[in-house]
Amino acid sequence: MEIVFAIAVGVTFGSGIWLILRPRTFQLITGLLLMSYAVNLFIFGMGRLWVDRPPITPNASIDPLQFADPLPQGLVLTAIVIGFATTALYLVMMIGARGLTGSDHVDGEEPRE
Amino acid sequence: MLLASLILVPFAGSLLAALMPENARNREAWLAFAVTACGLLVAGLLYPAVSAGKVLREEFAWLPSHGLDLVLRVDGLAWVFTMLVLVIGLLVVLYARYYMSPKDPVPRFFSFLLAFMGSMLGVVLSGNLVQLVVFWELTSLTSFLLIGYWHHRADARRGARMAFTVTATGGLCLLAGVLVLGHIVGSYDLDEVLAAGDRIRAHELYRVALVLIALGALTKSAQFPFHFWLPHAMAAPTPVSSYLHSATMVKAGVFLLVRLWPALAGTAEWNWIIGGAGVCTLLIGAFIAIFQHDLKGLLAYSTISHLGLITVLIGIGTPLAIVAAIFHILNHATFKASLFMTTGIIDHETGTRDLRVLRGLRHQLPVTAALAIVSSAAMAGVPLLNGFLSKEMFFAETALVGGDEHWWMSIAAVAMGMFSVAYSLRFISIFFGKPSVAFPREPHEPPRSMRFPVELLVVVCLVVGIMPSVSIGPILHLAVTATLGANTPEYDLAPWHGFNLPLLMSVIALSGGVVLYVVLRRYFNLQQREQVPLIYRFNGAQAYESSMMFLTRSAQWLLQHLGTARLQPQLLMMMLAMLVTPPLLVGTPRVWTEIPLHEPDPLFAGIWVIGCACALAGAWMAKYHRLAALILIGGTGIVTAATFLWLSAPDLALTQLMVETVTTVLILLGLRWLPPRIEPKVLHLTIPRSVWMRRSRDMVVAVVGGLAMALLTYAVLVHPAPATIADFFLLRALSEGGGSNVVNVLLVDFRSFDTLGEITVLSVVALTVYALLRRFRPAADSASVPAQQRNTADPASKQTAGEQANSGYLLVAGIYLRMLLPFIGVIAAYFFMRGHNLPGGGFVAGLIFAVAILVQYMLAGTVWVESHLQLRPHRWLGFGLLLACTTGLGAWAFGHPFLTTHTAHVDWPLLGELHLPSAFVFDLGVFAVVVGTTMLMLVALAHQSLRARRLPGDGAQDYGIADGRDI
Repeated sequence: MEIVFAIAVGVTFGSGIWLILRPRTFQLITGLLLMSYAVNLFIFGMGRLWVDRPPITPNASIDPLQFADPLPQGLVLTAIVIGFATTALYLVMMIGARGLTGSDHVDGEEPRE
Repeated sequence: MLLASLILVPFAGSLLAALMPENARNREAWLAFAVTACGLLVAGLLYPAVSAGKVLREEFAWLPSHGLDLVLRVDGLAWVFTMLVLVIGLLVVLYARYYMSPKDPVPRFFSFLLAFMGSMLGVVLSGNLVQLVVFWELTSLTSFLLIGYWHHRADARRGARMAFTVTATGGLCLLAGVLVLGHIVGSYDLDEVLAAGDRIRAHELYRVALVLIALGALTKSAQFPFHFWLPHAMAAPTPVSSYLHSATMVKAGVFLLVRLWPALAGTAEWNWIIGGAGVCTLLIGAFIAIFQHDLKGLLAYSTISHLGLITVLIGIGTPLAIVAAIFHILNHATFKASLFMTTGIIDHETGTRDLRVLRGLRHQLPVTAALAIVSSAAMAGVPLLNGFLSKEMFFAETALVGGDEHWWMSIAAVAMGMFSVAYSLRFISIFFGKPSVAFPREPHEPPRSMRFPVELLVVVCLVVGIMPSVSIGPILHLAVTATLGANTPEYDLAPWHGFNLPLLMSVIALSGGVVLYVVLRRYFNLQQREQVPLIYRFNGAQAYESSMMFLTRSAQWLLQHLGTARLQPQLLMMMLAMLVTPPLLVGTPRVWTEIPLHEPDPLFAGIWVIGCACALAGAWMAKYHRLAALILIGGTGIVTAATFLWLSAPDLALTQLMVETVTTVLILLGLRWLPPRIEPKVLHLTIPRSVWMRRSRDMVVAVVGGLAMALLTYAVLVHPAPATIADFFLLRALSEGGGSNVVNVLLVDFRSFDTLGEITVLSVVALTVYALLRRFRPAADSASVPAQQRNTADPASKQTAGEQANSGYLLVAGIYLRMLLPFIGVIAAYFFMRGHNLPGGGFVAGLIFAVAILVQYMLAGTVWVESHLQLRPHRWLGFGLLLACTTGLGAWAFGHPFLTTHTAHVDWPLLGELHLPSAFVFDLGVFAVVVGTTMLMLVALAHQSLRARRLPGDGAQDYGIADGRDI
């Protein structure tokens, strides 16, 4: 499980890096999307991997060691929602830059070469 | 509050003055007058206590945890300076009323002047050194504004900038010095610092503190080598010069030195640093003053020289020298303020301040001439005037301290005396000789009220000069005893001490000055000289400008060579830094297995084969096939959501799934405006080598980055988890939070402040998106209308979007989704209700509800949806934030901290007992904000498509329709 998880994070992150280094705004947005998946998974992994142990407590007297760590989950939930908001903002900037400059290059102008 | 009112009233007055109408010259003057008079009244009330030798203190808690309190403190010295600031201030206000032209915007002038007065009083009354520095910098700031009052003039802007740069930099040095001093003493309280003199002088950091504080004081008091800013500050209106640059602001530096004399003085370093700077300033200032052609320039250099004199006295540091220094501070303020005011009158009446043009003015301005001659005589140190007394004390001190060994001190003192006589003669020469006919204006005596301040000051010069012990004696004694305490020496203020060395020096200075002036005038063409002889090369202002230029150039060079406005190199640097920094900091992580790992599940591996393939393919396709790339990346998102579900995080899975949906739809909406991109293969283009190089480089970075991330993740996962605060949340979620879904309880209860911040960010982003797109017209559509929709055989091709929704395209799907809307609403409510105990909650429910609306937009079109549904996303946002905040504030009503949750147990008739925690209401706020945010973004984007369809011709009408609607 751990090895699959690690490879998944790595591949997603690497694809994200490749995309954010590209010159077009759409590539940048998709790159950020992929990177945010990877980073969210990574933070989530800080609580280690638990199968079938969701942090839902049936009663007050429980053994905390039998449940997944709820804290990284709470943090990642926040991160997902904030990531959604920033993606929307990037999207508007993408549309705006295209409308104002006529180009979809990240610098707002086509390269000179 | 009495002391605090001294500072607060001027600032309040400043605010009031700023709000008055442009032409309210009289009202402004009255206000300023009343404020200053009020200050004088308060100061008068303090006199009995202060004269009894008491130190009055008022304290207000500021940062008690750091030992910082706002302390206002009045002793004799502070009281005398307060009176100086207020009395001269009162006269300047009176004078300014007549000086300022009706065309000048007076509210700004009086507002700044009162703010300056407040800051200056703050400096004088501060009983805490850090607080003193704050007011100190405020005086720099307000003086910047006052010098640059006529900001349409280039010289005013330049002078203001120069004065501010020099004095504010000095202020920063002072702050550093004060911090060092506070470190040595262990307190910033002035009383404690003054009492710790021996400890400070013995400390190893003493020199550091002294140099830094000296830098602050010397820049403020325009001492060599920082004297150059003062002449340039003469671009200020004359009332400002006579207030700031004779009596108050420049005196702040010497005031500070006197103030800290008990703590810092008495060492060789003090003598050499302070005294050395003073001697240089005194000679250079007096010498340059002789060769000025501008009346105010002459006075500025003379001020520099007199401040040098005071600094030398403080540098000498004997108790008698301090008496002389304080005495001269007061004397200089009176005669120099009156001289500046006279200059203003002359400027006002003749239209010029040029010494080469002005002459014979005693015929037209006889009274002003008489007044000016008396004050210049005081400046020159003529007997029976106040300047003479303090200058003779200065001579006596130099002769006494210098003795036989440092005889040059007496020579320097006499030389300075000669120079000051020479420039005073130069000043009064404008009143003699044949009347000039070349004035821009025919001069007359000024209005009586404008001359009154000058008259008063001149009378003070005379009274103090003739009867010092009766007039100034008690006040001076107050300041001296407050500073020197037990060291207060015997001194005698009489104008006549018999024939002695100081008198001889005075006689030499007076007669030598007259001879010097005559010689310079006769043989050295004084009236027309353009340069100051000998030292014209040492131009401080030039050095200042050069260093500023150098700084600007260096910054430009650095920006050009190290900075870039292009995004890709910046991101590349960030990625490289991210790769290189962690290994450098912690070394490579060790990868080994300590805990039993989970057996890899083939299905889990299988879904990630798909997920990784989607990510890689998405990265590959993103340039030429955007839609495909978007779908593929959505695939990775779904696999991520599945992973959360698999690994015991159902809440995350739900949220990720809904966010994924909404994000994809929003980006889909934006795709139509991106320019088409055709593969080079199709266009038969060859890709240049440099592009391949760049791509290979990026590929290497991406591969290495991915590998590093994978390794890091693996290294973390195979280590046992350290003890975390997870147990706390797991054990208390049900018993104290009243919910069994720990993640939800975490969000709306334990960490609800965090969530409140988050929903605020969401609202801000949504409003930003809305604001950015409100008046925006997107680029032309990249794709043309499809062939089916152009076919005229189809009646729907002629219909509007709204009509199509009723009887056009996608009718089945549209009606089906319309019927589904209430059901999705119920599902959203269900997920919301169960959130506290099972996966769900405000975030998820909000997103589900938003998707329900989203699909309506997609199938029925913007026009149809908005004519049938009143969405009002702004209200959702506002309502949600309000609900969340009031829930949090509600806890205050019961005496609990902000956002404390309370669980109520309610018995319902049919449902039985229900837990109703207040976190539930908070979650409702979260729900409303998420719905509002998503809808606001969606609506903003959807309206773009409405606008894009229109032809360019009917633009104005189009805006009206699109933006007038309440979306």
